[in-house]
This record gives sequence, structure tokens and C-alpha cells, in this order.
Amino acid sequence: MRTVWIIARREFRRYFTRPVGYLVLFLYLFVLGLIVNNGLQRAYAFSLFQGAPPPDAEIVIGPMLTLLVFSIPALTMNLLAGEQASGTLELLLTAPIRDWELVAGKWLGGFLFVVVLLALTLIYPLALHLLTEPGLDWGPVVSGYLGLLLVSAALLALGVAVSALFRSQVAAFVVTLALFLFLWMLSSLAGAGSPSEGLLRYLDFGNHFYTAFFRGVIDLQGVVYYLSVTAFGLLVGTVIIESRRWRG
Amino acid sequence: MIEARDLTKYYGRRLALDHVSFQAHKGEIVGFLGPNGAGKTTTMRILTGYMPPSDGDAWIAGHHVVDESLEVRRHVGYLPENIALYDDLTVWDYLAFMGQLRGVPSLDERIAEVLERVNLLDRSESFIGSLSRGMRQRVGLAQAILHRPEVLILDEPTIGLDPAQRVEVRELIREIGQEHTVMLSTHILSEAQELCDRVLIIHQGRILAEDTPAELELRVRGAQQVRLEVGGEAPAEALGPRLSALPGVLRVATPTPNHLEVELAPDTPHDVRPALARAVLEAGYDLREMCTVSLSLEDIFLQLIRDEQAEPADTAASDAAPTPTPDEEA
Repeated sequence: MRTVWIIARREFRRYFTRPVGYLVLFLYLFVLGLIVNNGLQRAYAFSLFQGAPPPDAEIVIGPMLTLLVFSIPALTMNLLAGEQASGTLELLLTAPIRDWELVAGKWLGGFLFVVVLLALTLIYPLALHLLTEPGLDWGPVVSGYLGLLLVSAALLALGVAVSALFRSQVAAFVVTLALFLFLWMLSSLAGAGSPSEGLLRYLDFGNHFYTAFFRGVIDLQGVVYYLSVTAFGLLVGTVIIESRRWRG
Repeated sequence: MIEARDLTKYYGRRLALDHVSFQAHKGEIVGFLGPNGAGKTTTMRILTGYMPPSDGDAWIAGHHVVDESLEVRRHVGYLPENIALYDDLTVWDYLAFMGQLRGVPSLDERIAEVLERVNLLDRSESFIGSLSRGMRQRVGLAQAILHRPEVLILDEPTIGLDPAQRVEVRELIREIGQEHTVMLSTHILSEAQELCDRVLIIHQGRILAEDTPAELELRVRGAQQVRLEVGGEAPAEALGPRLSALPGVLRVATPTPNHLEVELAPDTPHDVRPALARAVLEAGYDLREMCTVSLSLEDIFLQLIRDEQAEPADTAASDAAPTPTPDEEA
């Protein structure tokens, strides 16, 4: 575990020595800011006409999943692909660390960065709380952020696995994003009443979020789903790294 | 310290290593000498636990390289060919990262000690990306000895360095070799002679010979030629028999009427050149030029293969192998 932490810390710091970390932070917060601003104005306009209730955390948390889907490929693309392209993987694989420790460390480094990213967005719920009467219902905020953390853990693990497959960061980015979009659209692929509908809805990672965490429900099935996907991604990543040794 | 038994490695269907066996003892510097693609890097990657062999076994400090890979990696320091480093880290931070991964005790003092050793203490705060090729190589060496490994595996440690840097790195390796078992690979003959206690000559995945530097020296000297350019009327016919009669001369070839190639017998104790010069002058010809030509590594391989009476297919294949650089570089 010590090794995992050493690799994670290095990876976390690395986001701040290269432009990609700042770029993701900037774009994420900027776009989120625009969307929240838009939502606030709409809510204000409605309240003038109809005396609608004040906006709740949905206008902040709603777009955040979408933004993560586009941000996380940029965070994971370099994790293992970069080491392979530069050749630095060779020294890591000849250091006394297990392959899963390497993969888990890379994942944890990315996760720490996402934690920082999500923590920075807390400013919006906080602002809403101060701007509205009688303040925010914090229940959905807590479950929403918990859901976002779980989604991030799962997506990062998949991203790390894809990154292990490639030497090219661009290839890793594109394939990761395509994989995310595919998993995201599984629910809409399911025809109503078809035998595979239940399965496809279960595999869709957005589904668990929007039907539960987003609505203030901490759903055990969703927690299990996200943790399983995380474990699956890390396992696949480890197997890919291990197979590199055999392929030479 | 290092024992390899029948290491065999296939890449797909291509045979890269063919039953390679050898040993290296404590405090020895063992050299792997061979042209590019001979199987040096493959062997080293197996020994460092980077990849498993297709067949055969190897032990380092008594640990099996596949079954006890983590234990092996703890005992080995490795400098890969063309070492890749993290350019976004400073020298110090890089060594700190590698040292933490390897669990080196009292790391700060050890890093300072190692940097002093490789003469980089004044560059410890420089980013690796800004270092010269030679300095990067020294960072690689620092990384390899950081955890005080019993066995050091250095893949082409002097490749890509200029002559001054090369001398520097060799000095360093010799120093390090006093306390560690060192296995290094090179395609430079003189480097192997100079550095190693024992030299394994490897070609096309097979070990052709195992020499001490003295034996290697003998092979090289035995493979020397003296080329003469002589002025005058048709000197070749007249001089050929005369020169072949001299002691120490094996045979004389005459590629053109004015050029003679004198092949020296191996193990000739004395210098034949003065006698050659006198013979030319006494016969009444002008000696325009005389030079000694050492045979290249590739020629020695060919000779070794002939000695082994290998199949013709083998010899033909080695002809197509890339020609190594001659050994006259430093």
C-alpha cells in the first residue's frame, strides 16, 4: 500500500507540473460556471412570473456528470500511455513493485485530482445556499457529490485500463471518451420491454446516478455498481500491464 | 551471484535467445559483447525481472527471476539502454521517487552520497530535461546504485556518449565494480577488454565464447593485418614470397600490384613491422605506406563461427547482420 501511495502522490503532483491539469480545472470550472449562471437567471425569471420555488442544487450537480465524462479521459490518457511512450515504464517494472500497485497508484493519483476538482465546485452550492431563502437542502448535495465521487472512481479506473493499452496519449484519450459515451448511452439503446433492457439499464453508469444519487438517494445497488466497475477497470489495467511483460 | 541456465526467448516465432548459460561471481565485472540484436538486452531484461524467459532459468543472489521476481528486483540495479527519465522532475526529486519506491533507508543522505559519487551534486536541483546526454546517463547510474544492489545490470552504459564522457562513465563503472557484481553489455571491443574480468561473446542469441580480456586480446591481435603500399615496378610478385617467408607472417595477399595485405600469425611475440619495412627496402622498392588494421568485431564473430564449424546457413545470416563500429573509438 505504501508503494501505491508513493505513485499516487507523484501522479497527483504531476497534474500541476503540466498544462493538462490546469486546463481541465479551468475548463471544468469555467463551463460549470456558465451553466450555473444560466440556471440562476432562468430561475430568477421564472420566480418573477410564477413565484416558483428557488433553485436547488440540481442546477449545479446536474451538468457535473457530463463534464466529468469529458474531463476524465484527459486526466487518464497520460497515466500509463505516457510511461510506455517514453520508456520510463521499464524502470517501474523492474523496481520491486507489483503490477497492481502501479495501476492502483496511477488511479489513486487521478482520483485525488478529481477530489480537488469537485471540492472546488462546492463554491456553487455554497453560493446558492447564501443567495436563496430559506437556504439549500443539503441532503441531495451530499448524495450528489458522493455519487460524483463514485462515478469518477469508476471512470478513472476504466481510463487507466485504456491508457495501459496504448503508447499514444491521443489514442488513449479518444478510445476512453468513446468508451464512456458508449456506456452512457446504453439505456437509450435499450428498447422498452426488450429482454436486455434491465441489463443495459444496469450497465449504464449515468442511470444509477440520475435515478438515485442525484435525487438525494444513496442507493446501495449504485454503490456496488460503481465499486465493481472500479475494481474491474483496475484488474483489466493490471492484466494489460502484466501481458506487456509476456509480449516483451 | 548471477546464474543463467539455458535461457531461451522467443519473440513470436523469432528465436532471440538460444540456450544461454553463464555465471557471474561476486565482485566480478562480466561483459556481454555482441553486435546489435545479438540478444544482450533480452538477456538483461530477463535478469532484471522485466520479462520472463520462454524457457530456462536464472537466479540472482539465489532468487529465481520468475518465481521470486520481487526479491530479485530488490537485489538488482538496472540501467536500461538509452535510459528514459522523467524530464519534469529535478535530479533530486527523481532519485527521491525511485528511492521511495525501493524503500531506501535514510534516503536524503543516500541521495547526496550517490550524487557525489556520480559527480552531479551541483546539478541536484536541475530538471532532468535540461541535462546533457552524459549527465542523464550518470543520473541513470545513480538510480541504479541508489539502493545498494548486490548486482548491477548495465545495458550499453556508454552508448551515445562522447569520448570524454565515455571515459568518465567507464571510470565510474570500474569503481562501482569493486563492491558490486556488474554485468554490462557493449558492442565496443576495447570497452569490454578494458572494463571486464570476463567477456561473453554473444551473437544471434548464442554465446559463442567466454574469454578473459587476455584471451580476447589474443583473438584481436591474432586477427591483425598489416597493409603495405609499395612503389616500383610490379612489386607484388617479387615481394609476396619474400614477405611470407618472414617469421610471424601467415600469408600475403596482393589485391593490386602495388598493395600487399600481410596477415600475421596469431600470438606473434615480436613486432613484425620493422622486418617488413626492411624487406621491402632491401628488395629495392619504395615503401609508401604501412598501417595495421585490426579486424572488426564482426570479423571475430565470423572467425568464431568458422571455428565452431557452424552450419553454412548460420554464416550466411551473420553476413547480413549489421556491421558493428570498429573498436578504435576512444
